[in-house]
Amino acid sequence: MSSAQLPSVRDLPLRVLPVAWLARGSLGGRGSRHLVERHARVYRHTWLVLLSGFFEPLFYLLSIGVGLGKLVGTVTGPSGPVSYTSFVAPALLATSSMNGAVFDSTFNVFFRLKYNKFYDAALATPMRAGDIALGEISWALLRGGLYGAAFMIVMLAMRLVHSPWAVLGLPSALLIGFAFAATGMAATTYMRSWQHFEFVMLAALPMFLFSTTFYPLSVYPRAIQIVVECTPLYQGVALLRGLTLGAVGPALLWHVAYLAVMGLLGLYVASLRIGRLLLK
Amino acid sequence: MPDPEVLIRAKDLTKRFGDFTAVDGIDFELRRGEAFGFLGPNGAGKSSTMRMIGCVSPRSGGELSILGMDPVADGPAIRARLGVVPQEDTLDVELTVRENLLIYGRYFGLPRNVISERTDQLLEFVQLTDRGADQVEPLSGGLKRRLTIARSLINEPEILLLDEPTTGLDPQARHVVWDRLFRLKQRGVTLVLTTHYMDEAEQLCDRLVVMDGGRIAAAGSPRELIEQYSTAEVLELRFDPGEHEQAAEKLADLRAQRTEVLADRILLYIPNGDIALTAVRDLGLVPLTSLVRRSTLEDVFLRLTGRQLED
Ligand SMILES: Nc1ncnc2c1ncn2[C@@H]1O[C@H](COP(=O)(O)OP(=O)(O)OP(=O)(O)O)[C@@H](O)[C@H]1O
Ligand SMILES: [Mg+2]
Repeated sequence: MSSAQLPSVRDLPLRVLPVAWLARGSLGGRGSRHLVERHARVYRHTWLVLLSGFFEPLFYLLSIGVGLGKLVGTVTGPSGPVSYTSFVAPALLATSSMNGAVFDSTFNVFFRLKYNKFYDAALATPMRAGDIALGEISWALLRGGLYGAAFMIVMLAMRLVHSPWAVLGLPSALLIGFAFAATGMAATTYMRSWQHFEFVMLAALPMFLFSTTFYPLSVYPRAIQIVVECTPLYQGVALLRGLTLGAVGPALLWHVAYLAVMGLLGLYVASLRIGRLLLK
Repeated sequence: MPDPEVLIRAKDLTKRFGDFTAVDGIDFELRRGEAFGFLGPNGAGKSSTMRMIGCVSPRSGGELSILGMDPVADGPAIRARLGVVPQEDTLDVELTVRENLLIYGRYFGLPRNVISERTDQLLEFVQLTDRGADQVEPLSGGLKRRLTIARSLINEPEILLLDEPTTGLDPQARHVVWDRLFRLKQRGVTLVLTTHYMDEAEQLCDRLVVMDGGRIAAAGSPRELIEQYSTAEVLELRFDPGEHEQAAEKLADLRAQRTEVLADRILLYIPNGDIALTAVRDLGLVPLTSLVRRSTLEDVFLRLTGRQLED
Protein backbone atom coordinates (compact mmCIF):
# COMPACT_ATOMS: atom_id res chain seq x y z
CA MET A 1 0.00 0.00 0.00
CA SER A 2 1.48 3.35 -0.88
CA SER A 3 0.42 6.87 -0.18
CA ALA A 4 0.01 7.58 -3.87
CA GLN A 5 -2.87 5.11 -4.10
CA LEU A 6 -5.11 6.95 -1.69
CA PRO A 7 -6.41 9.77 -3.87
CA SER A 8 -8.14 7.27 -6.10
CA VAL A 9 -9.78 5.79 -3.04
CA ARG A 10 -10.90 9.26 -2.09
CA ASP A 11 -12.65 9.67 -5.40
CA LEU A 12 -14.46 6.38 -5.05
CA PRO A 13 -18.14 7.24 -5.30
CA LEU A 14 -20.29 6.29 -2.36
CA ARG A 15 -22.48 4.42 -4.81
CA VAL A 16 -20.27 1.37 -4.42
CA LEU A 17 -21.31 1.11 -0.80
CA PRO A 18 -24.87 -0.10 -1.20
CA VAL A 19 -26.13 0.48 2.30
CA ALA A 20 -24.54 3.87 2.65
CA TRP A 21 -26.12 4.76 -0.64
CA LEU A 22 -29.56 3.73 0.62
CA ALA A 23 -29.14 6.02 3.57
CA ARG A 24 -27.93 8.98 1.59
CA GLY A 25 -31.18 10.63 0.74
CA SER A 26 -32.71 10.76 4.17
CA LEU A 27 -29.86 10.74 6.60
CA GLY A 28 -27.07 12.69 4.98
CA GLY A 29 -26.03 13.42 1.46
CA ARG A 30 -23.39 14.70 -0.88
CA GLY A 31 -21.72 16.69 1.85
CA SER A 32 -20.50 13.46 3.43
CA ARG A 33 -18.09 12.99 0.53
CA HIS A 34 -16.22 16.11 1.47
CA LEU A 35 -15.58 14.82 4.96
CA VAL A 36 -14.23 11.60 3.46
CA GLU A 37 -12.03 13.69 1.19
CA ARG A 38 -10.72 15.60 4.18
CA HIS A 39 -9.83 12.43 6.10
CA ALA A 40 -8.16 10.90 3.06
CA ARG A 41 -6.02 14.02 2.78
CA VAL A 42 -4.95 13.80 6.42
CA TYR A 43 -4.08 10.13 6.05
CA ARG A 44 -2.03 10.93 2.99
CA HIS A 45 0.39 12.54 5.41
CA THR A 46 0.24 9.66 7.87
CA TRP A 47 -0.60 6.64 5.76
CA LEU A 48 1.62 4.42 7.85
CA VAL A 49 -1.12 4.28 10.47
CA LEU A 50 -3.24 2.47 7.95
CA LEU A 51 -0.85 -0.49 7.96
CA SER A 52 -1.62 -1.60 11.50
CA GLY A 53 -5.23 -2.25 10.57
CA PHE A 54 -4.04 -4.73 7.98
CA PHE A 55 -1.43 -6.52 10.05
CA GLU A 56 -3.51 -7.07 13.15
CA PRO A 57 -5.88 -9.67 11.67
CA LEU A 58 -3.01 -11.14 9.67
CA PHE A 59 -1.03 -11.79 12.83
CA TYR A 60 -4.07 -13.40 14.43
CA LEU A 61 -4.50 -15.57 11.37
CA LEU A 62 -0.88 -16.67 11.44
CA SER A 63 -0.67 -17.31 15.19
CA ILE A 64 -4.07 -18.76 15.98
CA GLY A 65 -5.21 -19.98 12.59
CA VAL A 66 -1.99 -21.54 11.39
CA GLY A 67 -0.28 -22.19 14.72
CA LEU A 68 -3.23 -23.53 16.64
CA GLY A 69 -4.55 -25.10 13.46
CA LYS A 70 -1.56 -27.48 13.52
CA LEU A 71 -2.83 -28.92 16.82
CA VAL A 72 -6.53 -28.83 16.03
CA GLY A 73 -6.51 -30.12 12.48
CA THR A 74 -10.06 -29.96 11.19
CA VAL A 75 -13.29 -28.69 12.69
CA THR A 76 -16.93 -29.01 11.67
CA GLY A 77 -17.91 -25.94 9.72
CA PRO A 78 -21.33 -25.03 8.33
CA SER A 79 -20.68 -27.21 5.29
CA GLY A 80 -18.84 -30.08 6.95
CA PRO A 81 -15.25 -30.56 8.12
CA VAL A 82 -12.75 -27.87 7.14
CA SER A 83 -9.21 -26.99 8.13
CA TYR A 84 -9.07 -24.93 11.29
CA THR A 85 -7.39 -22.06 9.46
CA SER A 86 -10.21 -21.90 6.91
CA PHE A 87 -12.68 -21.90 9.78
CA VAL A 88 -11.04 -19.06 11.68
CA ALA A 89 -10.09 -16.79 8.76
CA PRO A 90 -13.59 -15.44 7.90
CA ALA A 91 -14.24 -14.82 11.60
CA LEU A 92 -11.05 -12.80 11.84
CA LEU A 93 -12.13 -10.79 8.82
CA ALA A 94 -15.46 -10.06 10.51
CA THR A 95 -13.71 -9.10 13.73
CA SER A 96 -11.28 -6.78 12.01
CA SER A 97 -14.20 -5.11 10.23
CA MET A 98 -15.81 -4.58 13.59
CA ASN A 99 -12.67 -3.34 15.32
CA GLY A 100 -11.68 -0.93 12.57
CA ALA A 101 -15.17 0.52 12.38
CA VAL A 102 -15.53 0.88 16.12
CA PHE A 103 -12.14 2.49 16.51
CA ASP A 104 -12.73 5.05 13.76
CA SER A 105 -16.21 5.93 14.81
CA THR A 106 -15.68 6.15 18.57
CA PHE A 107 -12.25 7.50 19.54
CA ASN A 108 -11.87 9.84 16.60
CA VAL A 109 -15.43 11.05 16.68
CA PHE A 110 -15.35 11.59 20.43
CA PHE A 111 -12.22 13.70 20.11
CA ARG A 112 -13.72 15.79 17.34
CA LEU A 113 -16.97 16.25 19.23
CA LYS A 114 -15.37 17.31 22.49
CA TYR A 115 -12.11 19.00 21.79
CA ASN A 116 -11.11 20.50 18.53
CA LYS A 117 -14.26 22.17 17.20
CA PHE A 118 -13.79 20.22 14.01
CA TYR A 119 -17.49 19.73 13.41
CA ASP A 120 -18.34 23.31 14.32
CA ALA A 121 -16.30 24.47 11.36
CA ALA A 122 -18.08 22.09 8.99
CA LEU A 123 -21.52 23.00 10.29
CA ALA A 124 -20.94 26.67 9.51
CA THR A 125 -20.96 25.65 5.84
CA PRO A 126 -23.85 24.03 3.95
CA MET A 127 -22.91 20.68 5.53
CA ARG A 128 -25.59 19.10 7.72
CA ALA A 129 -25.31 16.98 10.83
CA GLY A 130 -26.39 13.99 8.73
CA ASP A 131 -23.57 14.65 6.26
CA ILE A 132 -21.11 14.51 9.11
CA ALA A 133 -22.49 11.26 10.49
CA LEU A 134 -22.57 9.63 7.08
CA GLY A 135 -19.15 11.05 6.19
CA GLU A 136 -17.52 9.61 9.31
CA ILE A 137 -19.15 6.24 8.72
CA SER A 138 -18.21 6.20 5.04
CA TRP A 139 -14.63 6.91 5.93
CA ALA A 140 -14.60 4.08 8.43
CA LEU A 141 -15.98 1.87 5.66
CA LEU A 142 -13.41 2.91 3.10
CA ARG A 143 -10.65 2.13 5.53
CA GLY A 144 -12.32 -1.10 6.51
CA GLY A 145 -12.75 -1.91 2.83
CA LEU A 146 -9.02 -1.55 2.23
CA TYR A 147 -8.21 -3.86 5.13
CA GLY A 148 -10.90 -6.27 4.11
CA ALA A 149 -9.68 -6.46 0.52
CA ALA A 150 -6.10 -7.01 1.63
CA PHE A 151 -7.19 -9.74 4.01
CA MET A 152 -9.28 -11.43 1.33
CA ILE A 153 -6.25 -11.52 -0.92
CA VAL A 154 -4.26 -13.19 1.84
CA MET A 155 -7.06 -15.71 2.30
CA LEU A 156 -7.05 -16.45 -1.43
CA ALA A 157 -3.30 -16.85 -1.48
CA MET A 158 -3.42 -19.22 1.49
CA ARG A 159 -6.23 -21.23 -0.18
CA LEU A 160 -8.66 -20.50 2.63
CA VAL A 161 -11.50 -19.61 0.26
CA HIS A 162 -13.64 -22.57 -0.76
CA SER A 163 -16.51 -21.07 -2.73
CA PRO A 164 -17.12 -18.52 -5.49
CA TRP A 165 -19.67 -16.95 -3.16
CA ALA A 166 -16.67 -15.41 -1.46
CA VAL A 167 -16.83 -12.56 -3.97
CA LEU A 168 -19.60 -11.28 -1.69
CA GLY A 169 -17.18 -11.42 1.20
CA LEU A 170 -15.90 -7.89 0.76
CA PRO A 171 -19.33 -6.23 0.54
CA SER A 172 -20.32 -8.27 3.57
CA ALA A 173 -17.27 -7.08 5.47
CA LEU A 174 -18.30 -3.53 4.57
CA LEU A 175 -21.80 -4.20 5.83
CA ILE A 176 -20.37 -5.38 9.14
CA GLY A 177 -18.25 -2.23 9.24
CA PHE A 178 -21.29 -0.09 8.52
CA ALA A 179 -23.33 -1.68 11.30
CA PHE A 180 -20.58 -1.22 13.87
CA ALA A 181 -19.42 2.21 12.72
CA ALA A 182 -22.94 3.61 12.83
CA THR A 183 -23.74 2.06 16.19
CA GLY A 184 -20.38 3.05 17.60
CA MET A 185 -20.85 6.63 16.49
CA ALA A 186 -24.35 6.77 17.93
CA ALA A 187 -23.03 5.42 21.24
CA THR A 188 -20.18 7.93 21.21
CA THR A 189 -22.59 10.85 21.14
CA TYR A 190 -23.78 9.73 24.59
CA MET A 191 -20.29 9.48 26.08
CA ARG A 192 -19.14 12.09 28.54
CA SER A 193 -15.55 11.08 29.25
CA TRP A 194 -12.80 8.80 28.03
CA GLN A 195 -13.68 6.38 30.81
CA HIS A 196 -16.85 5.50 28.98
CA PHE A 197 -14.76 3.83 26.32
CA GLU A 198 -14.26 0.99 28.78
CA PHE A 199 -17.83 0.05 27.87
CA VAL A 200 -16.83 -0.20 24.22
CA MET A 201 -14.01 -2.55 25.17
CA LEU A 202 -16.36 -4.42 27.44
CA ALA A 203 -18.69 -5.03 24.51
CA ALA A 204 -16.13 -5.68 21.78
CA LEU A 205 -13.70 -8.04 23.52
CA PRO A 206 -16.17 -10.73 24.68
CA MET A 207 -17.86 -10.57 21.29
CA PHE A 208 -14.51 -11.19 19.67
CA LEU A 209 -13.78 -14.14 21.96
CA PHE A 210 -17.17 -15.81 22.10
CA SER A 211 -18.96 -15.12 18.79
CA THR A 212 -17.89 -18.48 17.38
CA THR A 213 -14.67 -16.89 16.24
CA PHE A 214 -12.49 -19.78 17.33
CA TYR A 215 -14.87 -22.73 17.61
CA PRO A 216 -18.33 -23.67 16.37
CA LEU A 217 -21.53 -22.70 18.11
CA SER A 218 -22.19 -26.33 18.96
CA VAL A 219 -19.70 -26.29 21.86
CA TYR A 220 -22.13 -24.17 23.91
CA PRO A 221 -25.22 -25.34 25.78
CA ARG A 222 -28.41 -24.20 24.04
CA ALA A 223 -29.08 -21.29 26.41
CA ILE A 224 -25.72 -19.72 25.70
CA GLN A 225 -26.07 -20.47 22.00
CA ILE A 226 -29.13 -18.22 21.93
CA VAL A 227 -27.26 -15.39 23.60
CA VAL A 228 -24.39 -15.71 21.15
CA GLU A 229 -26.75 -15.86 18.19
CA CYS A 230 -28.18 -12.50 19.19
CA THR A 231 -24.86 -10.63 19.08
CA PRO A 232 -24.07 -8.59 15.99
CA LEU A 233 -20.57 -9.96 15.57
CA TYR A 234 -22.00 -13.49 15.42
CA GLN A 235 -24.15 -12.33 12.48
CA GLY A 236 -21.07 -11.09 10.71
CA VAL A 237 -19.00 -14.20 11.45
CA ALA A 238 -21.79 -16.53 10.30
CA LEU A 239 -22.31 -14.49 7.14
CA LEU A 240 -18.65 -14.45 6.11
CA ARG A 241 -18.08 -18.05 7.09
CA GLY A 242 -21.06 -19.15 5.03
CA LEU A 243 -19.77 -17.26 2.01
CA THR A 244 -16.14 -18.34 2.12
CA LEU A 245 -16.92 -21.96 2.98
CA GLY A 246 -19.76 -22.18 0.48
CA ALA A 247 -22.59 -22.89 2.94
CA VAL A 248 -25.00 -20.47 1.33
CA GLY A 249 -28.73 -20.39 1.97
CA PRO A 250 -31.55 -17.95 2.62
CA ALA A 251 -30.53 -17.94 6.28
CA LEU A 252 -27.63 -15.68 5.36
CA LEU A 253 -30.13 -12.98 4.37
CA TRP A 254 -31.22 -12.76 8.00
CA HIS A 255 -27.71 -11.83 8.98
CA VAL A 256 -27.65 -9.22 6.23
CA ALA A 257 -30.98 -7.77 7.37
CA TYR A 258 -29.86 -7.71 11.02
CA LEU A 259 -26.66 -5.81 10.19
CA ALA A 260 -28.39 -3.41 7.77
CA VAL A 261 -31.07 -2.47 10.27
CA MET A 262 -28.48 -2.02 12.99
CA GLY A 263 -26.46 0.27 10.75
CA LEU A 264 -29.37 2.38 9.57
CA LEU A 265 -30.65 2.78 13.11
CA GLY A 266 -27.20 3.79 14.28
CA LEU A 267 -26.84 6.30 11.46
CA TYR A 268 -30.22 7.79 12.25
CA VAL A 269 -29.47 8.18 15.95
CA ALA A 270 -25.97 9.51 15.25
CA SER A 271 -27.26 12.21 12.86
CA LEU A 272 -29.92 13.26 15.31
CA ARG A 273 -27.57 13.37 18.27
CA ILE A 274 -24.79 15.24 16.49
CA GLY A 275 -27.31 17.88 15.46
CA ARG A 276 -28.55 18.10 19.00
CA LEU A 277 -25.09 18.31 20.54
CA LEU A 278 -23.63 20.89 18.20
CA LEU A 279 -26.56 22.97 17.02
CA LYS A 280 -27.81 24.41 20.27
CA MET B 1 -43.10 44.42 0.09
CA PRO B 2 -39.89 43.15 1.77
CA ASP B 3 -37.05 45.51 1.02
CA PRO B 4 -34.42 43.59 -1.01
CA GLU B 5 -31.72 45.74 0.55
CA VAL B 6 -32.53 44.37 4.00
CA LEU B 7 -30.45 41.20 4.28
CA ILE B 8 -31.28 40.24 7.85
CA ARG B 9 -34.40 41.10 9.77
CA ALA B 10 -34.86 40.12 13.42
CA LYS B 11 -37.96 40.78 15.47
CA ASP B 12 -38.25 39.94 19.13
CA LEU B 13 -35.45 37.43 18.56
CA THR B 14 -34.92 35.32 21.66
CA LYS B 15 -32.49 32.61 22.73
CA ARG B 16 -32.97 30.60 25.88
CA PHE B 17 -30.71 27.93 27.36
CA GLY B 18 -32.97 26.09 29.77
CA ASP B 19 -34.33 28.72 32.13
CA PHE B 20 -31.65 31.22 31.22
CA THR B 21 -32.41 33.85 28.61
CA ALA B 22 -29.24 34.75 26.72
CA VAL B 23 -30.91 36.91 24.05
CA ASP B 24 -34.00 38.65 25.27
CA GLY B 25 -36.20 39.81 22.43
CA ILE B 26 -33.99 41.95 20.20
CA ASP B 27 -34.97 43.77 16.99
CA PHE B 28 -32.57 44.82 14.25
CA GLU B 29 -32.18 45.06 10.50
CA LEU B 30 -29.06 44.64 8.44
CA ARG B 31 -28.83 46.43 5.10
CA ARG B 32 -26.73 45.48 2.12
CA GLY B 33 -23.23 46.92 2.09
CA GLU B 34 -23.15 48.21 5.64
CA ALA B 35 -20.95 47.25 8.55
CA PHE B 36 -23.15 46.45 11.50
CA GLY B 37 -21.89 45.86 15.01
CA PHE B 38 -23.00 44.30 18.26
CA LEU B 39 -21.11 46.04 21.04
CA GLY B 40 -21.38 44.58 24.50
CA PRO B 41 -19.50 43.11 27.48
CA ASN B 42 -18.95 39.42 28.24
CA GLY B 43 -22.20 37.49 28.40
CA ALA B 44 -24.22 40.19 26.63
CA GLY B 45 -25.54 37.61 24.17
CA LYS B 46 -23.43 38.60 21.16
CA SER B 47 -22.23 35.12 20.23
CA SER B 48 -25.66 33.63 20.84
CA THR B 49 -27.06 36.15 18.37
CA MET B 50 -24.31 35.48 15.84
CA ARG B 51 -24.87 31.73 16.06
CA MET B 52 -28.55 32.20 15.35
CA ILE B 53 -27.69 34.33 12.33
CA GLY B 54 -25.15 31.72 11.25
CA CYS B 55 -27.92 29.08 11.31
CA VAL B 56 -26.08 26.88 13.78
CA SER B 57 -28.35 27.61 16.72
CA PRO B 58 -32.14 27.49 16.52
CA ARG B 59 -33.94 30.52 17.94
CA SER B 60 -36.17 30.05 20.97
CA GLY B 61 -38.63 32.73 19.96
CA GLY B 62 -39.32 35.69 17.71
CA GLU B 63 -38.68 36.05 14.01
CA LEU B 64 -35.48 35.88 12.03
CA SER B 65 -35.16 36.16 8.30
CA ILE B 66 -31.80 35.97 6.55
CA LEU B 67 -31.48 36.72 2.83
CA GLY B 68 -35.25 36.32 2.68
CA MET B 69 -35.12 32.78 4.10
CA ASP B 70 -35.92 31.10 7.39
CA PRO B 71 -32.85 29.64 9.13
CA VAL B 72 -34.81 26.66 10.43
CA ALA B 73 -36.05 25.57 7.02
CA ASP B 74 -33.22 26.76 4.79
CA GLY B 75 -30.11 26.54 7.00
CA PRO B 76 -27.78 25.03 4.39
CA ALA B 77 -28.97 27.39 1.63
CA ILE B 78 -28.37 30.40 3.86
CA ARG B 79 -25.03 29.15 5.13
CA ALA B 80 -23.90 28.72 1.52
CA ARG B 81 -24.04 32.52 1.22
CA LEU B 82 -22.50 33.42 4.59
CA GLY B 83 -18.92 33.70 5.71
CA VAL B 84 -18.27 32.94 9.36
CA VAL B 85 -15.38 33.91 11.62
CA PRO B 86 -16.31 32.33 14.95
CA GLN B 87 -15.18 33.68 18.30
CA GLU B 88 -12.87 30.71 18.83
CA ASP B 89 -10.78 29.54 15.90
CA THR B 90 -12.00 26.32 14.35
CA LEU B 91 -9.11 25.77 11.96
CA ASP B 92 -8.28 22.19 11.04
CA VAL B 93 -4.99 21.52 12.83
CA GLU B 94 -4.37 18.31 10.92
CA LEU B 95 -4.19 20.19 7.62
CA THR B 96 -1.85 22.81 6.20
CA VAL B 97 -2.82 26.43 5.62
CA ARG B 98 -3.70 25.83 1.98
CA GLU B 99 -5.49 22.58 2.70
CA ASN B 100 -7.64 24.38 5.25
CA LEU B 101 -9.00 26.59 2.50
CA LEU B 102 -9.30 23.66 0.09
CA ILE B 103 -11.34 21.44 2.38
CA TYR B 104 -13.47 24.31 3.66
CA GLY B 105 -14.21 25.25 0.09
CA ARG B 106 -15.12 21.64 -0.64
CA TYR B 107 -17.62 21.76 2.22
CA PHE B 108 -19.33 24.43 0.12
CA GLY B 109 -19.28 22.09 -2.85
CA LEU B 110 -16.89 24.30 -4.83
CA PRO B 111 -14.76 22.68 -7.55
CA ARG B 112 -11.07 22.29 -6.76
CA ASN B 113 -9.79 24.58 -9.50
CA VAL B 114 -12.05 27.43 -8.35
CA ILE B 115 -10.90 26.94 -4.77
CA SER B 116 -7.27 26.88 -5.81
CA GLU B 117 -7.61 30.14 -7.70
CA ARG B 118 -9.41 31.84 -4.82
CA THR B 119 -6.90 30.45 -2.34
CA ASP B 120 -4.06 32.24 -4.11
CA GLN B 121 -5.95 35.52 -3.97
CA LEU B 122 -7.13 35.10 -0.41
CA LEU B 123 -3.74 34.12 0.98
CA GLU B 124 -2.34 37.17 -0.70
CA PHE B 125 -5.14 39.29 0.72
CA VAL B 126 -4.37 38.24 4.30
CA GLN B 127 -0.61 38.22 3.65
CA LEU B 128 -0.11 34.51 4.22
CA THR B 129 1.11 33.57 0.75
CA ASP B 130 4.45 32.24 1.95
CA ARG B 131 2.86 30.18 4.72
CA GLY B 132 0.64 28.10 2.42
CA ALA B 133 2.45 24.81 3.02
CA ASP B 134 2.82 25.34 6.78
CA GLN B 135 0.92 23.52 9.47
CA VAL B 136 -1.70 25.61 11.23
CA GLU B 137 -0.88 24.84 14.85
CA PRO B 138 2.37 26.83 15.14
CA LEU B 139 0.87 30.00 13.63
CA SER B 140 0.51 32.97 15.97
CA GLY B 141 -2.92 34.10 17.10
CA GLY B 142 -2.92 36.96 14.62
CA LEU B 143 -2.01 34.72 11.69
CA LYS B 144 -4.63 32.17 12.67
CA ARG B 145 -7.21 34.91 12.78
CA ARG B 146 -6.20 36.10 9.33
CA LEU B 147 -6.36 32.55 8.02
CA THR B 148 -9.83 32.18 9.50
CA ILE B 149 -10.87 35.36 7.72
CA ALA B 150 -9.44 34.08 4.43
CA ARG B 151 -11.26 30.80 4.96
CA SER B 152 -14.55 32.59 5.61
CA LEU B 153 -14.24 34.31 2.23
CA ILE B 154 -13.71 31.16 0.15
CA ASN B 155 -17.37 31.04 -0.92
CA GLU B 156 -17.45 34.77 -1.75
CA PRO B 157 -20.11 35.36 0.90
CA GLU B 158 -22.72 38.09 0.72
CA ILE B 159 -22.62 38.56 4.46
CA LEU B 160 -19.52 38.12 6.60
CA LEU B 161 -20.12 37.33 10.28
CA LEU B 162 -17.20 38.15 12.57
CA ASP B 163 -17.47 37.24 16.25
CA GLU B 164 -14.86 39.26 18.14
CA PRO B 165 -12.42 39.31 15.24
CA THR B 166 -9.54 40.84 17.18
CA THR B 167 -10.00 39.71 20.78
CA GLY B 168 -6.74 38.42 22.17
CA LEU B 169 -4.55 39.95 19.46
CA ASP B 170 -1.75 42.41 20.14
CA PRO B 171 -2.27 45.99 18.91
CA GLN B 172 -0.26 45.51 15.74
CA ALA B 173 -2.10 42.34 14.76
CA ARG B 174 -5.40 44.06 15.47
CA HIS B 175 -4.54 46.86 13.09
CA VAL B 176 -3.74 44.42 10.32
CA VAL B 177 -7.12 42.74 10.78
CA TRP B 178 -8.91 46.09 10.89
CA ASP B 179 -7.22 47.13 7.71
CA ARG B 180 -8.34 43.94 5.91
CA LEU B 181 -11.89 44.28 7.17
CA PHE B 182 -11.95 47.88 6.05
CA ARG B 183 -10.90 46.83 2.56
CA LEU B 184 -13.63 44.20 2.46
CA LYS B 185 -16.13 46.84 3.43
CA GLN B 186 -14.94 49.06 0.63
CA ARG B 187 -15.41 46.19 -1.80
CA GLY B 188 -19.04 46.08 -0.76
CA VAL B 189 -19.04 43.02 1.53
CA THR B 190 -21.71 43.35 4.19
CA LEU B 191 -20.14 42.92 7.61
CA VAL B 192 -21.72 41.90 10.89
CA LEU B 193 -19.33 41.95 13.79
CA THR B 194 -19.37 41.70 17.54
CA THR B 195 -16.84 43.32 19.78
CA HIS B 196 -16.25 44.57 23.24
CA TYR B 197 -13.72 47.09 22.03
CA MET B 198 -15.27 50.47 21.58
CA ASP B 199 -12.48 51.62 19.29
CA GLU B 200 -13.12 48.65 17.02
CA ALA B 201 -16.81 49.47 16.87
CA GLU B 202 -16.09 53.14 16.17
CA GLN B 203 -13.59 52.38 13.45
CA LEU B 204 -15.47 49.70 11.58
CA CYS B 205 -19.20 50.05 12.15
CA ASP B 206 -21.58 52.22 10.21
CA ARG B 207 -24.31 51.28 12.60
CA LEU B 208 -24.30 49.36 15.82
CA VAL B 209 -26.40 48.22 18.70
CA VAL B 210 -25.21 48.33 22.27
CA MET B 211 -26.10 45.03 23.93
CA ASP B 212 -26.25 44.29 27.60
CA GLY B 213 -27.80 41.35 29.42
CA GLY B 214 -29.38 39.98 26.25
CA ARG B 215 -31.13 43.25 25.42
CA ILE B 216 -30.41 46.10 23.06
CA ALA B 217 -29.76 49.21 25.12
CA ALA B 218 -29.36 51.62 22.21
CA ALA B 219 -28.92 51.65 18.45
CA GLY B 220 -27.47 54.05 15.90
CA SER B 221 -24.26 55.15 14.23
CA PRO B 222 -21.29 55.68 16.55
CA ARG B 223 -21.65 59.44 16.06
CA GLU B 224 -25.37 59.45 16.78
CA LEU B 225 -24.92 57.37 19.90
CA ILE B 226 -22.23 59.64 21.23
CA GLU B 227 -24.27 62.73 20.50
CA GLN B 228 -27.35 61.27 22.06
CA TYR B 229 -25.87 59.70 25.15
CA SER B 230 -22.77 61.72 25.91
CA THR B 231 -21.24 65.19 25.77
CA ALA B 232 -18.73 66.48 23.27
CA GLU B 233 -15.85 66.25 25.72
CA VAL B 234 -14.86 64.37 28.82
CA LEU B 235 -12.53 65.45 31.56
CA GLU B 236 -10.81 62.53 33.27
CA LEU B 237 -9.34 63.25 36.67
CA ARG B 238 -7.19 61.07 38.86
CA PHE B 239 -6.67 61.94 42.51
CA ASP B 240 -4.59 60.56 45.31
CA PRO B 241 -6.60 57.53 46.54
CA GLY B 242 -6.99 59.23 49.94
CA GLU B 243 -8.60 62.31 48.40
CA HIS B 244 -10.64 60.47 45.79
CA GLU B 245 -14.02 60.55 47.58
CA GLN B 246 -13.63 64.02 48.97
CA ALA B 247 -12.81 65.33 45.52
CA ALA B 248 -15.84 63.58 44.08
CA GLU B 249 -18.10 65.39 46.57
CA LYS B 250 -16.60 68.77 45.82
CA LEU B 251 -16.86 68.23 42.07
CA ALA B 252 -20.61 67.93 42.41
CA ASP B 253 -20.62 71.74 42.82
CA LEU B 254 -19.39 72.06 39.25
CA ARG B 255 -22.75 70.83 37.97
CA ALA B 256 -21.29 69.01 35.03
CA GLN B 257 -23.88 67.47 32.76
CA ARG B 258 -22.93 64.14 34.29
CA THR B 259 -20.30 62.88 36.69
CA GLU B 260 -19.11 59.28 36.86
CA VAL B 261 -17.08 58.24 39.86
CA LEU B 262 -15.10 55.13 38.96
CA ALA B 263 -12.79 53.19 41.25
CA ASP B 264 -9.68 54.95 40.01
CA ARG B 265 -10.91 57.98 38.08
CA ILE B 266 -13.61 60.60 38.03
CA LEU B 267 -15.17 61.46 34.68
CA LEU B 268 -16.82 64.82 34.08
CA TYR B 269 -19.09 65.08 31.06
CA ILE B 270 -18.99 68.66 29.83
CA PRO B 271 -19.13 70.61 26.56
CA ASN B 272 -15.62 72.03 27.00
CA GLY B 273 -12.90 70.20 28.90
CA ASP B 274 -10.39 73.00 29.29
CA ILE B 275 -12.91 75.38 30.83
CA ALA B 276 -13.97 72.63 33.21
CA LEU B 277 -10.38 71.91 34.20
CA THR B 278 -9.89 75.56 35.12
CA ALA B 279 -13.07 75.39 37.18
CA VAL B 280 -11.74 72.29 38.97
CA ARG B 281 -8.53 74.11 39.88
CA ASP B 282 -10.60 77.11 41.06
CA LEU B 283 -12.31 74.77 43.52
CA GLY B 284 -8.88 74.22 45.07
CA LEU B 285 -8.60 70.61 43.84
CA VAL B 286 -5.24 69.36 42.58
CA PRO B 287 -5.62 66.20 40.47
CA LEU B 288 -2.61 63.89 40.05
CA THR B 289 -3.37 63.68 36.36
CA SER B 290 -6.00 65.22 34.16
CA LEU B 291 -7.01 64.43 30.60
CA VAL B 292 -9.37 66.19 28.26
CA ARG B 293 -10.69 63.92 25.51
CA ARG B 294 -13.59 63.47 23.12
CA SER B 295 -16.46 61.23 24.11
CA THR B 296 -16.31 57.64 22.91
CA LEU B 297 -18.66 54.68 22.81
CA GLU B 298 -17.15 53.67 26.12
CA ASP B 299 -18.87 56.69 27.64
CA VAL B 300 -22.09 55.78 25.91
CA PHE B 301 -21.89 52.32 27.37
CA LEU B 302 -21.13 53.65 30.84
CA ARG B 303 -24.11 55.96 30.61
CA LEU B 304 -26.46 53.23 29.39
CA THR B 305 -25.46 50.47 31.78
CA GLY B 306 -23.60 52.14 34.62
CA ARG B 307 -20.70 49.79 33.93
CA GLN B 308 -17.46 49.90 32.01
CA LEU B 309 -17.14 47.95 28.80
CA GLU B 310 -13.52 46.95 29.10
CA ASP B 311 -12.19 46.15 32.53
N1 LIG C 1 -24.70 26.55 25.18
C1 LIG C 1 -25.01 27.32 26.24
N2 LIG C 1 -25.63 26.79 27.31
C2 LIG C 1 -25.95 27.54 28.37
N3 LIG C 1 -25.69 28.85 28.47
C3 LIG C 1 -25.07 29.44 27.45
C4 LIG C 1 -24.69 28.71 26.28
N4 LIG C 1 -24.09 29.57 25.42
C5 LIG C 1 -24.09 30.76 26.04
N5 LIG C 1 -24.68 30.70 27.25
C6 LIG C 1 -24.86 31.81 28.18
O1 LIG C 1 -25.53 32.84 27.51
C7 LIG C 1 -25.01 34.09 27.88
C8 LIG C 1 -24.63 34.86 26.65
O2 LIG C 1 -23.55 34.19 26.06
P1 LIG C 1 -22.86 34.71 24.73
O3 LIG C 1 -21.77 33.74 24.43
O4 LIG C 1 -23.88 34.94 23.71
O5 LIG C 1 -22.26 36.08 25.21
P2 LIG C 1 -21.21 37.02 24.47
O6 LIG C 1 -21.82 38.36 24.41
O7 LIG C 1 -20.76 36.41 23.23
O8 LIG C 1 -20.03 37.05 25.53
P3 LIG C 1 -18.45 36.98 25.31
O9 LIG C 1 -17.97 38.37 25.16
O10 LIG C 1 -17.98 36.36 26.59
O11 LIG C 1 -18.17 36.13 24.12
C9 LIG C 1 -23.84 33.84 28.81
O12 LIG C 1 -24.27 34.07 30.13
C10 LIG C 1 -23.52 32.39 28.59
O13 LIG C 1 -23.08 31.80 29.78
MG1 LIG D 1 -19.06 35.76 22.49
